[in-house]
Amino acid sequence: MSVYYKAVLLDKDAIRRAIKRIAHEIVERNGGVDDLVIVGIRRRGVPLAKRIADTIAQMEECNVPIGALDITLYRDDFQNVLKHPQVGKTEIKEDITNRVVVLVDDVLFTGRTIRAALDELIDFGRPKKIQLAVLVDRGHRELPIKADYVGKNVPTSENEMVEVHLEEIDGDDEVLLAEKAS
Amino acid sequence: MNHRKHLLGLEGMSAEEITRFLDTAESFKEVSERSVKKVPALRGTTVANLFFESSTRTRISFELAEKRLSADSVNFTTSGSSVSKGESLRDTAQNIEAMRVQMIVIRHSAAGAPHFLASLLNGSVINAGDGAHEHPTQGLLDMFTLRERWGSFAGKRVVIVGDLAHSRVARSNIHGLVTMGAEVVVCGPPTLIPLDIERLGVSVEVDLKQALEGADAVNVLRIQMERQQRGLFPSIDEYARRWGINRQALKNAHKECIIMHPGPMNRGIEIAQDVADGENSVILDQVTNGVAVRMAVLYLLSGGSALENEETTPQQTETRVREGKQVA
Repeated sequence: MSVYYKAVLLDKDAIRRAIKRIAHEIVERNGGVDDLVIVGIRRRGVPLAKRIADTIAQMEECNVPIGALDITLYRDDFQNVLKHPQVGKTEIKEDITNRVVVLVDDVLFTGRTIRAALDELIDFGRPKKIQLAVLVDRGHRELPIKADYVGKNVPTSENEMVEVHLEEIDGDDEVLLAEKAS
Repeated sequence: MNHRKHLLGLEGMSAEEITRFLDTAESFKEVSERSVKKVPALRGTTVANLFFESSTRTRISFELAEKRLSADSVNFTTSGSSVSKGESLRDTAQNIEAMRVQMIVIRHSAAGAPHFLASLLNGSVINAGDGAHEHPTQGLLDMFTLRERWGSFAGKRVVIVGDLAHSRVARSNIHGLVTMGAEVVVCGPPTLIPLDIERLGVSVEVDLKQALEGADAVNVLRIQMERQQRGLFPSIDEYARRWGINRQALKNAHKECIIMHPGPMNRGIEIAQDVADGENSVILDQVTNGVAVRMAVLYLLSGGSALENEETTPQQTETRVREGKQVA
């Protein structure tokens, strides 16, 4: 099995601009930053959440609390898909009850990750609102889930893959479109 | 690394796999700190806890671990069961499995009972203590507690004191700690130390003061009154004087020497009151960590039933091609 990279969907600058725009939209839509908590979904949602929070903090000159969710234990397919399920740590230090929680992930695809994240989040409290921010929305939803903030909409086919590289994890910033072929 | 189905002992387990259990337990420790202490990971899985020997900590710890993973669990104890009518272990286990139970946790006074069930049943078997053989989840939780303080085991001196001959806790600790690179010293009355125990990679020291010289941790074993009818040491008093862990005995140990005990404690015999409750005691941390470690064990043994699944192929085996060139 080989993976062929077909195109660069977002380069370093495009990612930076997308994050900046999402940060502005979050502040605008919520009329400020009161009650805001930004929660990234492991793994690549976490650095994205941090970047969004940092951007908002800079713009509004305030502190924006962040958190991290590991949804492995809430997946509906862990016993079928994962040979050695790797469990990371969930870190929600804030009380999220009556707060506005913005969930952050890199790619929105079937929506199942978000479903699991919603379930887990609600075990920590009852937020006033939960909103969703993603860097790339590639379509093919299997659940009725929609993002509130999208870096880029990319129509894809089912056998294509969207690969997100982030400085903090992969050493570079880039979003690539790839296809598997044998 | 092949997927593990049973946890029967720590003997022969690789450092990589032990690390995997400990790392996973770290993630599970957070779950018990939440206000809703429950994740849906084992929803739909049924676990039977078969306790043919009495237990407080281990049984409650396994039960909590199962509940916090959303598994359904049933408990079995010998009293009030058909074992008192003479039903065999084999029949008992096969009948319980016939009710579609996927995982069995077993404690038994006979060494090898879990291995026997593992060869007989389709489900996963977890050893919760078999005779004087092994108690792997205790070994893992002891190592987890030490690693939490130390970060790694290299260069650390762990002294295990007490009745080595009858201790499954000691055996699991020895296998695990030696594999992870710690220096393990065993100490106790010569009558309670198996003759060839050095073969497990430990050194033997009869004198407690010598053994504790520079110790980074001491794991105090319980004097098992129920197994002491044969007069293996002269008297409880003499034992307490020569091998009891008290402030005086710890003088030569490392200043921050960690004090561990698997429970239940005989206070004033193998461990002095003030040491058991002292600032270096992690005895209650061991109990807290026990739940996280057992959650990790249940979770890792239950996962990965579909080995042939196409998506299980790790990404590293794929060739990645960019603009006609292969990339890493």
